[in-house]
Amino acid sequence: MIHFFLKRFSHVFPAFIGVTLLTFSLIHLIPGDPVELRAGERGIDPARHAAMKAEMGLDKPLYVQYFRYIGGVLKGDLGKSFVTKKPILEEFFTLFPATLELSICAMIFAVLVGLPAGVIAGVKRGTVFDHTVMGASLTGYSMPIFWWGLLMILFFSVHLGWTPVSGRLSALFWIDTDTGFMLIDTLRSSEPGAFKSAVSHLILPSIVLGTIPLAVIARMTRSSMLEVLKEDYVRTAKAKGLSSWRVIMVHALRNAMIPVITVIGLQTGVLMAGAILTETIFAWPGVGKWILESINRRDYPAIQGGILIIATIIIFVNLGVDILYGIINPRIRYTS
Amino acid sequence: MSETTAITQGNAAPPHPLKEFWKYFSENKGAVIGLYFIIFAIIVAVFANILAPYSPFEQYRDAILQPPIWMHGGSSKFFLGTDDVGRDILSRLIYGSRLSLFVGVIVVTISLAAGMILGVTSGYLGGYYEVIVMRAMDIILALPSLLLALAIVAILGPSLKNAIIAIAIVVLPHYVRLTRASVMAEKSKDYVTASKVCGSGPFRMMFAVLLPNCMAPLIVQATLGFSNAILDAAALGFLGMGAQPPTPEWGAMLANALQFIQRAWWVVTFPGLAILLTVLAFNLAGDGLRDALDPKMKR
Repeated sequence: MIHFFLKRFSHVFPAFIGVTLLTFSLIHLIPGDPVELRAGERGIDPARHAAMKAEMGLDKPLYVQYFRYIGGVLKGDLGKSFVTKKPILEEFFTLFPATLELSICAMIFAVLVGLPAGVIAGVKRGTVFDHTVMGASLTGYSMPIFWWGLLMILFFSVHLGWTPVSGRLSALFWIDTDTGFMLIDTLRSSEPGAFKSAVSHLILPSIVLGTIPLAVIARMTRSSMLEVLKEDYVRTAKAKGLSSWRVIMVHALRNAMIPVITVIGLQTGVLMAGAILTETIFAWPGVGKWILESINRRDYPAIQGGILIIATIIIFVNLGVDILYGIINPRIRYTS
Repeated sequence: MSETTAITQGNAAPPHPLKEFWKYFSENKGAVIGLYFIIFAIIVAVFANILAPYSPFEQYRDAILQPPIWMHGGSSKFFLGTDDVGRDILSRLIYGSRLSLFVGVIVVTISLAAGMILGVTSGYLGGYYEVIVMRAMDIILALPSLLLALAIVAILGPSLKNAIIAIAIVVLPHYVRLTRASVMAEKSKDYVTASKVCGSGPFRMMFAVLLPNCMAPLIVQATLGFSNAILDAAALGFLGMGAQPPTPEWGAMLANALQFIQRAWWVVTFPGLAILLTVLAFNLAGDGLRDALDPKMKR
């Protein structure tokens, strides 16, 4: 087990170094001079230019610059935003809870709907229900989620007036954001109705962000169920006279879950990409919207830092999924 | 395509390979519908200048935000209504199909060609070269595709051309890994050894012997790659990082639709529907192709 764990953990380093190389080169690939970029339209005199270049370490050879960058990164120093002058790490983690809260809710929605839909579709193969689930999930998988978000707003917010159009909380409430998770903060606050407002703001974005993971989970669960239901142990369980409910829930589903869990883990990247679009549509103050704004403002340290943190999170989530996979399925642990 | 199907289905002697392929493919009704829609989209794109009633850029200032024909206030002049500056939505959608299919073709061509070369060479040559190529692909895969594409566009500047480059880079690892995996599987087979014994050089081995036998999964991936490319290009256009206004690109058409959402649902609905249907058609056809080309799936 330890051996397996260490082996998987060792894969993290090349990936992390590769990502730092990528984000490091980002600042050097931008056309134009970083100093002038920072000085903006005011312009800069040659002496100050040289001084700033030395200050930013840009007069050193590339490899020295890279090791300095890595040194900073490992100490948690990702530089300061050109625009707000605040440290990137601080900016990112102020906004991250909003994205995390949205992603968790989206994932809960995707699993709660996708898993049962996939199981029933697999068990009732070839029925109308199966075809409906498969058709719907292929549609969901093909969905441009930014348009899906607009449609949801059009129908539920504009037409029916059930949910708010944007933001995390109604402007009527003023809540101390201790944890950054609106659901927790509003529950802890004494304002009546604040929690309800937070929930109503969360529903549409969660559905929109959860749509593609939902489609993937439903498809994966169905095909995994179909595989498992053919197995001998399922026939044995049926032959023992167990109820079909028990055969499906206990014998089949537990084994069918193994690939499904991997797929759920792999959706982290999809969620992060979807967060950029979803947060933009719903004016959700998270890291996805922040990174898009940074790109629009050409705030390169913010882009660089944001990409690095997101990639690192994804690398570690994938590591976690790999390890979890090994724990659930001993065959993986011993063969690799 | 006929050559590939011939190879993957070479064991079936009497019926023509294409005919046999069609037999498997047409069993999947969804795939056939998808294929028909793709053909329809291609026809629309090719004959856009004949089919479109108006120019996609022409602004009819007296008909701003006019609803579609079947709604109160709609006129037969503008079938799907007009947008906020009075441009005919139907014409913009018809011209937009050109851009979306063009993006799909270019992205798939670039990434497929580069992916095949990198995949075949790394699978065949191995060694440090393979390690470097595969680790580089792992890094690309570690990032969410849209985020990486955005970062690349941030460097190159927002335009349709740069969006295409960005998407082609982002999808590259799938082709490289797929090609490499098939090359590794084929490498130990007898016909490859025979070819080597006959004195084929490495270049001939890679591109004339191995590659044609690895095409089936690549064709499936390329079809699905179309849908990804169209979807990603539309997302970039929506975020203002792809095609720039007034280009009639479907994603870009939605970019400022949010402000009209209360007044004009048709401005929001139709471009997205066009994206969804096209992407869905390619996904349906891709699924059908996989069933028809994958020997493991055949009964």
